[in-house]
This record gives sequence, structure tokens and C-alpha cells, in this order.
Amino acid sequence: MASAQQPNDKFDVIVIGAGPSGNAAAYVLARGGLRVLQLERGEYPGSKNVQGAILYANALEQIIPDFRDDAPLERHVIEQRIWMLDDKSYVGMNYRSEDFNEERPNRYTIIRAPFDKWFSRKVRDAGATIVCETTVTELIRTEAGRVIGVRTDRDGAVVLADMVIMAEGVNGLVGQRSGLRPELKPDSVALAVKEMHFLPRETIDARFNLKGAEGVVIEAMGTVTDGMVGTAFLYTNQESISVGIGCLVSDFKTGTAAPYELLHRFKTHPAIAPLLEGAEVKEYAAHLIPEGGYNSIPQLYGDGWLIVGDAGQFVNAVHREGSNMAMTSGRLAAELVIKLHRMREPFSSENLAEYHTMLKNSFVMKDLKKYKGIPGFLHSSSKHVFGTYPRLLSQAAQTWFRVDGADKREKERQIVSMMRKDRSFSGLISDAFKLVRAWR
Amino acid sequence: MGALHIVVCIKQVPDSAQIRVHPIYNTIMRQGVPTIINPYDLFALEAALQLRDQFGGAVTVLTMGPPMAEESLRKALAFGADRAVLLTDRAFAGSDTLATTFALASAVSKIGETWGTPDIVFCGKQTIDGDTAQVGPGIASRLELNQLTYVAKISKLDLEAGAIEVERRAEGGTQLLSTKLPALVTMLEGSNEMRRGSLACALAAAQAEITVWNAAAAGIEDLLNCGLKGSPTIVKKVFAPGAHTVRAQQIELQDRNADDIARDLLDQIFIRQPQVEADLMRMASGQ
Repeated sequence: MASAQQPNDKFDVIVIGAGPSGNAAAYVLARGGLRVLQLERGEYPGSKNVQGAILYANALEQIIPDFRDDAPLERHVIEQRIWMLDDKSYVGMNYRSEDFNEERPNRYTIIRAPFDKWFSRKVRDAGATIVCETTVTELIRTEAGRVIGVRTDRDGAVVLADMVIMAEGVNGLVGQRSGLRPELKPDSVALAVKEMHFLPRETIDARFNLKGAEGVVIEAMGTVTDGMVGTAFLYTNQESISVGIGCLVSDFKTGTAAPYELLHRFKTHPAIAPLLEGAEVKEYAAHLIPEGGYNSIPQLYGDGWLIVGDAGQFVNAVHREGSNMAMTSGRLAAELVIKLHRMREPFSSENLAEYHTMLKNSFVMKDLKKYKGIPGFLHSSSKHVFGTYPRLLSQAAQTWFRVDGADKREKERQIVSMMRKDRSFSGLISDAFKLVRAWR
Repeated sequence: MGALHIVVCIKQVPDSAQIRVHPIYNTIMRQGVPTIINPYDLFALEAALQLRDQFGGAVTVLTMGPPMAEESLRKALAFGADRAVLLTDRAFAGSDTLATTFALASAVSKIGETWGTPDIVFCGKQTIDGDTAQVGPGIASRLELNQLTYVAKISKLDLEAGAIEVERRAEGGTQLLSTKLPALVTMLEGSNEMRRGSLACALAAAQAEITVWNAAAAGIEDLLNCGLKGSPTIVKKVFAPGAHTVRAQQIELQDRNADDIARDLLDQIFIRQPQVEADLMRMASGQ
């Protein structure tokens, strides 16, 4: 009942969720002097959060410029490997540069448990009130539809605020229940699973050719997902390796393999297994990732409410960026709310529409828009992109590199005929055309 | 006697269900391991809250620990406790149960001076990290409180008469004990179920000012009784128990005669204990 509320418990803003977007929003708002209540359903901030995890420094830097001083970071990434796998081989592109050993590195591997604890402490120190183990069951709205607070699962008690920011994550249940957004579609959400493999620091350094805090990231796709739309990853931490794989939920529904089977297949791939040999698995986690892209973005604002982070579908599946978009959307939302608060402007739909403009002017919407055709392309051509092409590439490479007495012109002929046998010329051209169109 | 005042002693402990031993260095990995309120203490806290709800008054939670133990106090406030005191000082580091009871007893006295003498001090039966079950009785002894340990249920509280009656689980049955207040009670597991705190409590807990006392603020002048200096117990060594490599073995019974089974069993014993076989053989040959 609302009567349980103390008079001093009216807040300027309620932030639902303590993930990267919620923390970014709550932190910026509290620093801006607003009275912020952050509600988290988990036992502690971060207890529900799962990520690969790569931290893109820029997005956090714009919120906490000196985060490197005390944030728990694992390794900075100096090498990126992109691999196309078939069952026995990989064809890959590696990029490694001494330039990434810069004073303020651009990307880090992180472990979310300690990182989220750190981030949440920053939010609390900034002055936000954080209440955990509390689930928001619905939004409280006026007859005109304006959001004025939330109802919680603590005896249905209500807490009021001028503004509610939904940073509730991929499922977006509050928004859904309140009819502000549609239900997630299985073909626009991926299910990813990951494991943490512990190894001594020196072993990781030796296996990946690293020194100091240098780290390597491997992204892989190919036959390992059995024609389903998905990718696998391997990230080096200080004393552990994060390894995982994810595919669209719609594919798991019709596919032949369960998530853990795919992960097993990836881990035992002859190119991956030696990297993990002797490691001890200590953690297993799973999470949904919104991968519907630009076309699946719901309405992001209305009278008294904004949506940030995964709840807004801000994930660039191609570049595996999500937490940076989450933090940036949280920051932009908070900056707008602070501005309106200072100008004593109402949190009306018209005023909050600027949030959409801010997103459009940032990399968040620009990148999502650029790749808006990719999910559709991958879906329609998944059998070839995640099966035929990796296999063909591998065969072509092998034919080319194997010295067996056949002359080079003959080898070229073999490769071309292999391609045409497995995928018609028109199919190849059409896929290439579709990919280029989706990419632009 | 004025309004009921209850002090509940709690301890922040690592969640033993989630503790990980470093696979390489065999040390406990504290990083990322969540901390919880010692589970036994929650039964003590709930018992205290129930009495307060029934008789009115206030529940003060007390903990000794590093500054991060504040989290546990906020949790206790979210469950419905009225105020919280954090006893923290570098001088307390390395306390065994003797030094811990000295510090906690001093703080309970100070709480009494500040907010009224407590009628009941509650503790959990024991902690899941220390497992001594000495701290509750130690506080009772230092403060000369009547002590009721291993309590499964508070069956009666009579504030007029200043008397309490409890059910105590003992070997061979349940004892019904009664004593005069003030008393110290240590609660057993399963004696009640912790409530879901209200939203008002959760909000108040998140915003509450926690009273933080160092040794001096708790009225402790003699630091020789505190921390390592006040602790005669010395931990000589911490080691992981060796792995058990002996596997239990089953002997097939189905459709076999007793002689064969007995012979199998003896064989298995003799393989593991050759000395037993040698001794028996000697006896059998009459030497």
C-alpha cells in the first residue's frame, strides 16, 4: 500500500535495474544532484548480470573519466582474432598491434562480479539510494497515462517519483506488462552460455604470447553452430579464460543441438582445445542477448518514462557491442532528465523525445541503423554463412597450401569447381550482394 | 521495566556455499564471493523482531567487523531492525572468541547506556566460519546475563515478572527452561522463518545512518584485551584436507552362499590391512 511510504521517500527518479545502463543512469543522475532510487531484483547489484565480458573504455570514460584508477579490470586487448571454423580447421584474421599498449587502453576483458560491485559502489557513493531484492511488478500511472511511480513485490508497496527509467534488461518485463513494449520475439534474441576456465597466469601468457596485462580476444563462427545463427568467443582474463557461444533462440527451438552441446563442440575444436587444456571450470552462466537490431527497438520514451540498455535492444551483434551502448544510453537519458529538471520542465513525452534525438546523434543509433539489415540477412542465409562458406573457405585454403604436384592453375580450377558444387554461382553472388547491402 | 529493548549480535561471513578455493594456489578466493549474514543469526534476528512486534520496543543490531560489515547491518535493517551499530577498529583485528566477547560485551554495555539496558541479547547458535559456538555464552558470562543456549522456541515472555521461558533442544529431548531477565539467548536453525522486510524498511535501511563505534567510542580503554593481543588462541596452520582416494567397495550378495561372501569380505580387509591377516594367521597357527 502507498500508505507505508514515508513522506521523505518521494524520489526525483526511479531507475529499475542495476546493470550497466541502470548504473550509468543512476550514477549520472545522483551526481547531478537528483534524488535517485535504484531498484534491483537480485540479491545484490550484479547478481543477475552476465556478460562475455569486454569493457569498451570510451563509454565508461565519459561517465567515470578516471575509472582505470580503481575499477577491477582483467587485461587490455592487444590482439583480436576472427576465425571461420569448419570441423577440423579455421581460416582466420588476426590483428595485433603494439599501439594497443597505450596509456589509456581502448578495450579490456573484465569479470562482471567484481566489476559490477565496483560500479554499484560508485553509484551509492554518488548519493543514489539502492534497494535490492525488490522486483518492480508494474508502473503506477495516472489516468492520462503518465508514469508516476512503481509497485514492488514487497507487499505490493508503491514508491513514487517524477520519472521512471527502465534499465531492466533484455526481457523488459515491466515495460511489457505495462503495455509499453511488445514481447520479445525468439528470432530477435540470442541465448548465450559461457564458462570460466581457470589457468595460471603464466600459462595464459605463454599460450597466447602475452606479457603484463596484455590480452587476446577470439571471435569465431562456422560449422560449430551447425547452421544456426550464432558466434563463439574466447577471452583471456588474468588467471582465467572466458569461453562461450550463443545462438538465436528461434534456432535453438528448431536446431539439433542444445547450448551446452554447442559450447562443448567449440571447446573440443582442435584449434580451441589446446588453449584450454588443463584448465579447471569454475563457473557456468547463461544469458539472453537482444540481437534483433534496429528494427526491433521499441518505443523508448513517453510521459514520465524512458527505456535504456538491453531493454531498448541496444546491441550491435556484428561487433559484439552491448554494454557500451547500455552505458551510453543510460548516460544520455540521465543527462536529458537532469537538464529538464534544472529547467523545471515537465518529463512529458514531447520533452523526453529529445532522448531519441540524442541517441540518433550518437554511435548507438548510427551503428544499429547501419547494420539493420544484418539480422535478416544472417537469418535467410544462415545455412550457408554458418556452414557452407566456412567449409568452402577451409577447403580452398587447404587446396591452395597443400603442395602435391598439381600445378597452380589446376588448383585454382579445383577451388572454383568446389565452390560451384556446394553453392551455385548465382547463390554466391546473391549472398554477397545481400551482405554488402546489409553492411552499408 | 520500560519498553522492551533487544540487542541482536550478527556476523558477516563469506557465503560458504559459494566459496571457491583457488585451483592453483589452494587459497580461499574472496574476490567476488558474496558475503551474507551468518545464517544462524537470522533466526536470532527474526525471534527478536517477533518479540518486538508483539510487545513493542526496539531491536538494535550489533556487529563487529571491517567497515564492509555495514552491508550486513543494512540487510538487518531492511528486515525490520530499528537501529544498527557497527563496531570496527583495527585494534580488533585477529580477535579470537575471548577478545571478540570482550569487545561485543563492551559494546552491548555501551548500547545499554545509550538506548536503555537490553532485556534480551540474541545470538545465533554459532557462526558458519568460526564454528565455535563460544561467543554467545562468552558475552553472557562477561555481562552476567542468564544464558539460554540452543533455543528452538521462545515459549513465553513476561515483561511484568521479568521472566522468559524457552524450549531448548538437548540430547535426548527438549528442555523447557525459564529464567529471569536480562538474559542471553542463542538460537537454533529452523526455529523460525525470516520475514520479507517491507518496502518502507528496505528504503529506510538504504538511507539509514549506521552508528559506527571504534574501540574508544564503545567505552573500551584497555586495548590489551582486544584483537591479537587479547587472543590467546593461535592459528598455527591452515591446510586443505587431503583428497580421499579410497573408494568404498561393494561385495555382491545376490545368489551367493555365506561362506563365499565372508571370504570375499576378508580378502578385501586383508588387502588393505595385511597386518591383520598376519596376526590372525599367527593366532590360527597357535603361536
